[in-house]
Amino acid sequence: MSHVELSHITKTYPGVTALDDISFDVKDGEFFVLLGPTGAGKTTTLRVIAGLEKQDKGSVLFDGKAVDNFNPSDRDVALVFQQYSLYPTMSVYDNLAFPLRSPLRHTSAEEIRKKVEETAEILHISHLLKRKTAHLSGGEMQRVSIGRAIVRSPRVFLMDEPLSNLDAKLREALRIELQHLQKTQGSTTLFVTHDQIEALTMADRIAVLNQGRILQVGTPEDIYDRPATTFIAQLVGSPRINLYKARREDGTISINASEVHVPASHGNNLPADFLVGIRPENIKPDLKGEFSGRLVLTEPLGVETILHIQSGQSEFIGLVPGITTYRIGDAMKFNVAFEHVHYFGLNGDRLQS
Amino acid sequence: MSTIELRQVEKKFGDLHAVKPLDLTIQDGEFVVLLGPSGCGKTTTLRMISGLEAVSGGTIWLDGRNVTWLHPSARDIAFVFQFYALYPHLTAWRNIAFPLQAQGESPENVKKRVNEVAKLLRIEHLLNARPGQLSGGDQQRVALARALVRRPAAYLMDEPLGALDADFRETMRSEIKRLHVLQHATTVYVTHDQIEAMAMGDRIVVMSEAAIQQIGTPAQVYYDPANLFVARFIGSPGMNLIAGKYADGIVQMAGLDNRYPVPLEWQSALKKGLDGGSEVIIGFRPEAAQINDQGKLIGKVYASEMQGSSAVLHLTINENDIFHIRTDRLISYPIDTLVHFDIDPQMVRFFNPKTEAAIKPEVAQ
Repeated sequence: MSHVELSHITKTYPGVTALDDISFDVKDGEFFVLLGPTGAGKTTTLRVIAGLEKQDKGSVLFDGKAVDNFNPSDRDVALVFQQYSLYPTMSVYDNLAFPLRSPLRHTSAEEIRKKVEETAEILHISHLLKRKTAHLSGGEMQRVSIGRAIVRSPRVFLMDEPLSNLDAKLREALRIELQHLQKTQGSTTLFVTHDQIEALTMADRIAVLNQGRILQVGTPEDIYDRPATTFIAQLVGSPRINLYKARREDGTISINASEVHVPASHGNNLPADFLVGIRPENIKPDLKGEFSGRLVLTEPLGVETILHIQSGQSEFIGLVPGITTYRIGDAMKFNVAFEHVHYFGLNGDRLQS
Repeated sequence: MSTIELRQVEKKFGDLHAVKPLDLTIQDGEFVVLLGPSGCGKTTTLRMISGLEAVSGGTIWLDGRNVTWLHPSARDIAFVFQFYALYPHLTAWRNIAFPLQAQGESPENVKKRVNEVAKLLRIEHLLNARPGQLSGGDQQRVALARALVRRPAAYLMDEPLGALDADFRETMRSEIKRLHVLQHATTVYVTHDQIEAMAMGDRIVVMSEAAIQQIGTPAQVYYDPANLFVARFIGSPGMNLIAGKYADGIVQMAGLDNRYPVPLEWQSALKKGLDGGSEVIIGFRPEAAQINDQGKLIGKVYASEMQGSSAVLHLTINENDIFHIRTDRLISYPIDTLVHFDIDPQMVRFFNPKTEAAIKPEVAQ
């Protein structure tokens, strides 16, 4: 396995800067997720690492050694795509064996059989080995695709939204398996997704990418608890973070157009005008709550319920456990867990406070 | 406004049942969601209500009037397929007014109705803008206003949010519900997304294999699923469903030594519900588990997931079964750690594996 480093990678296409001075490193055995919206540059980054795309500037290093002049086949990376790329007329066994049968590898038939069977076991597809891949379900096909990547123990796994085409239940199941597999095999993995929940649940570390730039690199906890910008704060977390304009005046912080005011001791050193971000779980209904509003909407999801509370002209989205007995139209009292509130400048950058 | 009633409505294609005979009454002002995986019959049911699809049997009643063989246009029902793209060269106002004008409404009525719906959706200040000048969310709101500007007796919606990305879907989900809360128009909404169904529906009709599996409020289908299908389908992850053998007040599960003492109030129900057999399936929601060193159940950590404000721990107990447990985010366990936990006795459920039906608790004496 391998340590991967990207150093000042820039890639331009006519009229567009796809990647703008990208630097990060993926540690040996790490599950690293590139998270960003469509067009952020995630797939381009992956293709540069794989050698399918040549960067204009900067360098890709594997274990400290530049691989910029290596062909894709010499970089020893395995790619898994959103679209399964299997040979439909071959059996699952032959699909898995294919990467090992390359004449350059000199792998004996016995060795191949052993590896294929091991891999099939790990991915729970042993019973499918004789089946033609054309006759598999989507989830089974993606398992085989992953199997074909891991069977030859590459230095690095590059995965480009491999779960996006699967239905919700299957995605959940494979998310867990993939994470377990990665942890038990200790493989260095770079996983690309636009889905914040995939990033939070699977990653050791996340790099948030937008418009070809890295905005933040950190653990899921860093990204969720200390988002560097309002863009990241809104990208991660569901329901979305509440974001308001606020003002500091005469020792009080007031959220604009609402009835929420607090002593400024919660945010010393804040400028006069700024933005306040409150995650829904930090809006806490309480009979003796400090703030008042009216419940305009509830969305029971089962494990929790989303509350939409109108206070003044502003709406506060809250999240409470279980299916609530609050009713739409009820007067509500609530508190805000100010120790978990986020402050941003008007330009969207996090304020240290 | 109107009630919709389906009596023994069915749809057959040759010998194949797309929808088996079903009964369903939708009350005036109610928001009912038809939920199920693709091919379950939900869209066919909706199309039969609209008249776009003829029934093979049964009758459909609108406000007590038999409309089974009435032309779709004579039913006064608006069918919303999806929120179509807006006309880029027209202002938001003209976009919203379009369906009414096409219908030949008087200018006063058009004006009144457009202003009403714009107010409900809080887009009054955007009415003079063209779509290109609006943010994505505002464009979707204008599209929603256009879809809902007519005032039919009922709205039928077929996966209207299906094509939107996750972020807009959440926003539009709450906008549609908000509009419903204000207007109380009878609505039948089709989706395969259980989160959408839970969040929006007054009641949910869970369908699978051309038949209704359960009709209930979000709380009913979540806490008291009628069978294994509903238990699995609702929730993310779904209900934990683990097979075991019941004897003498204990459910013994395969694999790790899991012996679950069945709460007293369930014991006679179980005896009855299992028809003398011992095979049982125990069910509980991930949040019903409480980690506790003295806990009676045990699992081995397979993976753990940080999900934002909380976490989910996945514990294996044998080759096939995994417990999913919702935990505090602060706890972290390496793979293969043994974790003990208990189940909130209020939240445990049991199913008969042969019939797949939920076992009903005995009513307290």
